[in-house]
Order: sequence, then structure tokens, then C-alpha cells
Amino acid sequence: MAIPLDEVVVKEEKQNLEYVSVIREPLVTGGKTVHDVTEDICRQVEGKPTLSWMLAMAMSLGTLGIGAYCVFMLLWEGIGVWGLNKTVGWAWDITNFVWWVGIGHAGTLISAILLLFRQKWRMSINRAAEAMTIFAVICAAMFPGLHMGRIWMAFWVLPLPNTFGSLWVNFNSPLLWDVFAISTYFTVSLVFWYIGLIPDFASIRDRAKNKISQVVYGALSFGWDGAAKTWMRYESVALILAGLATPLVLSVHTIVSFDFATSVIPGWHTTIFPPYFVAGAIFSGFAMVLTLMIITRKTFKLEDYITIGHIELMNIVIIITGSIVGIAYITEFFIAWYSGVEAEQYAFLNRMTGPYWWAYWTMMTCNVISPQLFWFRKIRTNIAATFILSIVVNIGMWFERFVIIVTSLHRDYLPSSWAMFYPTIYDVGVYVFTFGLFGTAFLLFTKFFPVINMAEVKSIIKTSSRKAS
Amino acid sequence: MEKNKNFILGIYDDEDILLSAIKKVRQSGVKIQEVYSPFPVHGIDEALGYKRTRLPIAAFMFGMLGCTLALTMQIWMSGADWPMIIGGKDFVSLPPFVPVTFELTVLLSALGMVATFMIVSDLKPYKKPRLMDIRITDDKHVMAIDLANNELEKEDIKKIVKETSAEEINDKNF
Repeated sequence: MAIPLDEVVVKEEKQNLEYVSVIREPLVTGGKTVHDVTEDICRQVEGKPTLSWMLAMAMSLGTLGIGAYCVFMLLWEGIGVWGLNKTVGWAWDITNFVWWVGIGHAGTLISAILLLFRQKWRMSINRAAEAMTIFAVICAAMFPGLHMGRIWMAFWVLPLPNTFGSLWVNFNSPLLWDVFAISTYFTVSLVFWYIGLIPDFASIRDRAKNKISQVVYGALSFGWDGAAKTWMRYESVALILAGLATPLVLSVHTIVSFDFATSVIPGWHTTIFPPYFVAGAIFSGFAMVLTLMIITRKTFKLEDYITIGHIELMNIVIIITGSIVGIAYITEFFIAWYSGVEAEQYAFLNRMTGPYWWAYWTMMTCNVISPQLFWFRKIRTNIAATFILSIVVNIGMWFERFVIIVTSLHRDYLPSSWAMFYPTIYDVGVYVFTFGLFGTAFLLFTKFFPVINMAEVKSIIKTSSRKAS
Repeated sequence: MEKNKNFILGIYDDEDILLSAIKKVRQSGVKIQEVYSPFPVHGIDEALGYKRTRLPIAAFMFGMLGCTLALTMQIWMSGADWPMIIGGKDFVSLPPFVPVTFELTVLLSALGMVATFMIVSDLKPYKKPRLMDIRITDDKHVMAIDLANNELEKEDIKKIVKETSAEEINDKNF
């Protein structure tokens, strides 16, 4: 059963030699001790909500309320209240869907792929990024549901026995693959996030002063006692979940891109869509993580945990993925010309010079040019610049999906059916609703959940925290 | 476990001192019940002589189950129970079944493994943990030695633990 002790001695001595290089920047600054980590992260959970939090919450709830009216009208009247027409059958709804799903890619990428690559800087951002993922996927899933018109029939997308003579779903359809991909992604991300939360809930439970916190965090912490055996299994579970989530996260946006790529619409019928969409998703996801983390670190005074180093590394990911996206845009154009297919050539020229030229050039400026500014170290280590550019990137990524969807549809095969798409207040309102939902959920998360993974950060304090001198 | 009532706790503040302490205590022939930590300590499972967890096997088995179920479901539904002509495509062809098969493999593998982890580690809502020390979830590592499992006298064990530079040595009685 037990390993002989001699082996233990050898292995342990080896381990003592493995220390992080002294020339690396520390991941945690301010000479934090393990106890400081608990204090700093639990503070906002235990304290009263701050004024800025309450103001933000009021704004989110207000947005949610305005949006809820639009959702209600949509359900009451039907999707006719949207600006869709016979030619443009997908517009804001699917643009918003793809945009939110894309944002939902960063969380699991940070916690899964960076875990496999042993990137320790993920530890102070993975919790909030995963929360963002979960809320973004919820927002995304609303759009195909609402687009059905009768959302109460949404369960029809599942292969359930029914009264229509066992008429099953169509397994050849990428829209059905989406159902499986997004629900699996949501479930696995949620489980991954929750497993990571258990030890931290136990920390809050053991510090809780009032009865309600003791009971609630006691229930949430699943009776965690910190036993070495459980930790060993926990680490194994985290590693395998990361191994499973890595292909999963890549598969989700691949399948979303199949919604377009498997069709025969010029502008959609492109084989590079899967990698191009995945790169775009990571690009916009990291931008959203930056937007949120810059606010969170400032509000909760977490500058020692989410350092300029973290922001710089995320900006480097943005340069890489932004450049991949830029190359994909150019490749699409080249292939459209090189293919000699007139319809394809027209679709791309129409994007650039047609009635939606402004959307196209907004996309190009925001996604291809703006991230290149991060090549300058001064810009990528500047918080204000990063914050602005992170928002610019997400505006650009929204326009990317709008350009792909609307410009490819609005000029049909028959010039007599050519049309423009004009959003109505309800198109905008449902998008606003998801912002309210996302904001409310994220604010609740920052108040009641530890925003940084305490247990993981504690494990690197010894090697990656600069001692106060 | 529930029968064990009297423990000696060695409290440590540094994971490297803890690892060498585990080694020294085990070399002295004292059996350690369990070590509790605020974060995962690398090498602690080898130091305590724990066997590798078999959870990866559980994950693989659940993944295979998911894969089989997904393929069976799709082949039966679109090939046998109610075949539908869609664009003249084959009723059963594997490439379009790949996405759903992949997703269900991952889903069952992840959920099955996590459920197994919860069961074997006895993690469940509303379970009252048997905490050795309240500071375990903050910043202290605790080595728990069960008196009933060791033949040595209490004072002798305490002496051994003291030599491993433990910060505190406490008694814990449930």
C-alpha cells in the first residue's frame, strides 16, 4: 500500500529544488502572506455592499427592467416586432447570440487551457473569468430561444419522445449541434467553476460570524475539510476537467461557425470559419475579461493580485488572437477573389463598398488595427488604454458578426428581394436586456462569491509573492 | 473514522517544513491519520504514501458510456425509429453525428467523474465537516495523528512532532 520511505526522501528532495526563477515578475505583489489572501478576498463578501456596488446594481436592474419590457412585448406580439424581413431573417438576434457565446470563451480557456500549459498567472483571474463565461452563455442562449417566437416550445430542440409519432430532431443540422454544444459547455463550465469554489466557500464558512452566512456557506462548501486525500483527488479532477474542457471550448465556437459554414450562402460558405471564429471568440472573451477585471481590481482594491503583469499577458493574447482574426479577414477576401465564384466575389465587395460599408470599416478598425497598438509596451501596460481598447475590441467583434450575418443575407440571389435591415426598438431592447442580466449576475457574484480563487493563489504565495522588504 | 476521537495535531505554517515533517514522523514509525491544508501541497500524496487516485479511470469509463449512448441514440432515432429524408442525405452516416457524439462524451465524462469524486470524498451539501482546526481553511497545515492507531504513548508522539519544528502541538478530542 504505502510507498517505501526511501523513495519519498528522493522525490521530496527533488521537489525542494523546483522553484520559480528569481528573475520572473512576482504574480502577487505587496508581500502578501497566505493569511492576507484570505483577508483580502473575503473582505468584500463579509462587508456591507459599497455605495459604488449599489449604484452599479441599481443601473443593472434598471437596464434589466427596460429590457424585460422589450422581451415581454416580443413574446406577447411575436418576433414581428423585430426588424427582420423576408430577406434578412437573421440579424441582431443571431449577432448578439454569437457575440455573447464568443465572450463566453475566455473563462474556460483561462482555467482549462492555461492550466494544461501550467500558466500560473491564470490563478487570480480564472474565477471571475469563469463566472463571466457562465453568465455570457446564459445571455447567448436567450437569443435562439427568443428567436423561436414561442419560447415555451424551446424543449422541442431536445430529442424527447413526443406525441407526433416519435418525430425526432434532425441530427444533420448544425443548429441542433449547437444545442448540444452550448448546453454541454454551460454544464461543464458550471461544474468546473463550482468545484473550484468549494474550498473557498469553506474558508468563508469558517470565518462567518452570523448564522445565515454559516448556514448558507456551510451548505455551499459541501462539508470541505481540506484533507490531503481530497486535495489529491481534487487536483486530479481539475486536471481532467481541464483536459475535457480544452477540446470542448474549441468545439463550441467551431459548431457555432458551422451554423453559417455548412450553408450555401456566399460569404458564409467558408471553410476557414471554425478556426477564425474560435480565434475571434478568444479575442473578444479576453477583451471582456479585461473590461471586467480592470473595474473589479479597482473597486475591490485587488491590485496586488491582478497586477499590471496580468493585464499585459492578457493584452498579448489579444494581439495574437486579433492578428489571427485580421489574417482570417484578408484570407476570406483573397479566397473570394481567387475562387472565381462571382457570387462570392460580389458578397465580399458588397461588404466593403455596399450599403453596410460603415459596419465593415468599423469592424476592420476595431479588430484589426486597434489591437496592434498593444505591440507598444507603454500601451499594453497602461490601464486606461487597455480599458478603452478592450471595449473597442468588443464593439468591433459585435460588428464582425453583424457584417457576416446581415451583409451576406441582405442581397439575395434575386435582386427583386434585396432589402435592408433596420433594427427596431425591440431589437435593441432585447440586447439591452442581456446587458442588464449579465450585469446583475456579475454584481451578485462579486458580492457573494470570492472573486479570486483563494486556494490556488495561496499555493503560489511562497514562490511567486514578493516579500515586503 | 467516526470512532476515532482523540487526536494530536501538529500545526505548520510552511508547506516545505510540513513535507519534511511528514517524512520524519513517518520514519519514526508514527502513523499519520491525515494532513489538512488550505491549498493543495505538491508532493504531499507521495510523502503520505497515498496511491494515485483512480478518478481518471472513472472519467474514461463515463466518457465511453457517453460516446456509446450518443451514437446509439442518433443511429436509432434517425436510422431506425423514424427515418426522414432531408436533402436526400443518408439516414445513417457518421460525419454529421460527430458533434453530438463528442459533446455527450465530454458531458458524461465530466459529470460522471465529478459525481464519483463527490461520492468517494463524501462531499455533499449540509454535511457538517469534522474540522481539526478552524485555521485549516485559512493559512495553517494540520497533521492529525490518531492516538488509537498508534502504540506509542501520547507524550512520545508529541516529542516526535515537536522535533519537526511544528508551530503548535494541540490535542483534539471529538
